Amino acid sequence: MSDDRKYWLDDRQNITKVVWGLVILCGILFVADAFYDKHPHFIAETYFGFFGIFGFVVCVGLVLTAKVMRILLKRGEDYYDD
Amino acid sequence: MTINPALILILGAIPIPLLRGPFRASYLLILPLIGLGFAFSLEPGLHWSVNIMNYDLELLRIDRLSQVFSYIFFFAAFLGNLYTLKDDDPVQQIATQVYAGSAIGAVYAGDLITLFVFWELTAVSSVFLIWARRTERSYQAGMRFLIIQVGSGVLLLGGLILLVRDTGSIAFDFLGVTSPGTALIFVAFGIKCAFPLLHNWLQDAYPEATVGGTVILSVFTTKLAVYALARGYAGTEMLIWIGATMTAFPIFYAVIENDLRRVLSYSLNNQLGFMVVGIGIGTEMSVNGTVAHAFTHILYKALLFMSMGAVLLRTGTIKGSELGGLYKTMPLTAAFCLVGAASISAFPLFSGFISKSLILTAAADEGRWLTWGVLLFASAGVFHHSGIKIPFFAFFAHDSGRRVKEAPWNMLLAMSIAATLCVGIGVWPQPLYNILPFPLDFNPYTTPHVINQLQLLFFSGLAFTWLMRTGYYPPEMPSVNLDCDVVYRKLLPRLARQFFAKFEALDQLTRRLALECIQRLITGIFRRTGPQGVLTRTVTVGAMVLWVIVLLGVYLVLYLI
Repeated sequence: MSDDRKYWLDDRQNITKVVWGLVILCGILFVADAFYDKHPHFIAETYFGFFGIFGFVVCVGLVLTAKVMRILLKRGEDYYDD
Repeated sequence: MTINPALILILGAIPIPLLRGPFRASYLLILPLIGLGFAFSLEPGLHWSVNIMNYDLELLRIDRLSQVFSYIFFFAAFLGNLYTLKDDDPVQQIATQVYAGSAIGAVYAGDLITLFVFWELTAVSSVFLIWARRTERSYQAGMRFLIIQVGSGVLLLGGLILLVRDTGSIAFDFLGVTSPGTALIFVAFGIKCAFPLLHNWLQDAYPEATVGGTVILSVFTTKLAVYALARGYAGTEMLIWIGATMTAFPIFYAVIENDLRRVLSYSLNNQLGFMVVGIGIGTEMSVNGTVAHAFTHILYKALLFMSMGAVLLRTGTIKGSELGGLYKTMPLTAAFCLVGAASISAFPLFSGFISKSLILTAAADEGRWLTWGVLLFASAGVFHHSGIKIPFFAFFAHDSGRRVKEAPWNMLLAMSIAATLCVGIGVWPQPLYNILPFPLDFNPYTTPHVINQLQLLFFSGLAFTWLMRTGYYPPEMPSVNLDCDVVYRKLLPRLARQFFAKFEALDQLTRRLALECIQRLITGIFRRTGPQGVLTRTVTVGAMVLWVIVLLGVYLVLYLI
């Protein structure tokens, strides 16, 4: 199999296009909150764009916490090989 | 008497070594399907009662709960056999049939003694899927796995004995944590279900199994435990926070783990958490949710493990730091992996969505906002590490330059069947809803529900993209992350070594002093009672005669006087 074949995703500009696509999609989903009737169980669900903001914030929190955990928990690959 | 479908698999393992080539392959594909056919044909009720030593053993209890688990177990055995069809390894193939069969036998068990027997049989048979990799590392991991699994069985037996002493009953129905006996059984189930702090055997052992072994392992052991908890402990409040913890903490590890099959093991643990919460809530809706989630989870998790297995098979590594760009030469595997990723992330139209929704809705219906919030966090997190990280680092990310062949046809076929079902159940959930334990009237596809879920997922994806682009995302790097197995793999052995090192010195000293005392005692005794001792000196006959003559002489002299 040839190594030099160019794929669409090899072009960094195309990756940027994908990212912008995602941003636009998120924008549409955020605005969509204005156009349907909610059936909330909890007050938080009534906040505009709650699920989007929640998802973004907890994921950033998750990754940054995991990064701190890595400082404490990371060992060499042969840690258990006596 | 009706045939127990579990025995079809267990006894069906016997002729495997005698069959060769296409005969063995066909046999392995047909065997679980025959079992599945029998499972479908069984009517609810108790079909096989045996009285042994005044205990009524129920070997084949058919009800809606046992039925749904038996269906998916048989089908997963079929998928597993298809996936491993090209492995000419009778040990692994026999182990698979016995393992799947005993898990099904445990699901059919109507009493705790039968449950115990099959419970231990799953432990003993499954370890061969780890050992089948035939490396020192897998041998060690298998040993740890076996000790913990058999330990779970021993606790089950202990609890069973206490329970029989208290109540005289061996029936396996609702138990509840009400006595020492039922508490022990609860812990036994908890070990197999990978409760927090009892969980680490899973992440330790599963990634060390063979390519196909991990797929098969991911199906049975933990879902058997979920079944057992649903049967015995539905509505146990404690399970809600145990489950919520399980959904949340493994995802932190999943983010920084480099071995992608270990990442999947952490996310398996997280998915079990959702099921455990459903059992803890204990309403009809939530228990249905748990069962539905176990069903869909078996398929998408097996699919994810299959795709990573194919990567391991073709590249020889499964470390995120060494992979990337594989979509170029493994496009089908990548596509199937993406279907699995979308399903575990609960995207609308994929299977995870229609099952996880039941559990979240049940939590919300009960007004449990904290549980609901944790589950929502875990839902976003699972997308982050299983939905994005797994396909991203294996198939996309930086190009590793590896240009390997696409997976073999049997693996692709197994993945395509699992992927079709993931989409099929997601699009058309009603057939699954119809076989759940309780009647269910639920529509997951309401506008708010779909939009809210999409918001949650896409914004999580946005967070990943932002962290990646800005360089905040922790890179994949070769490492081991400490989890609680450090206690029994490092800490306890070290403590034991230190103890024995100190103990040895003390031991030497004590022994030397004791030997010295004994030596002195012996010398003392010897001096007094040895050949030269005052008390035991020997005297010759001649000397004796001389003394007698002397005494007689003295006597004679005295007499004369």
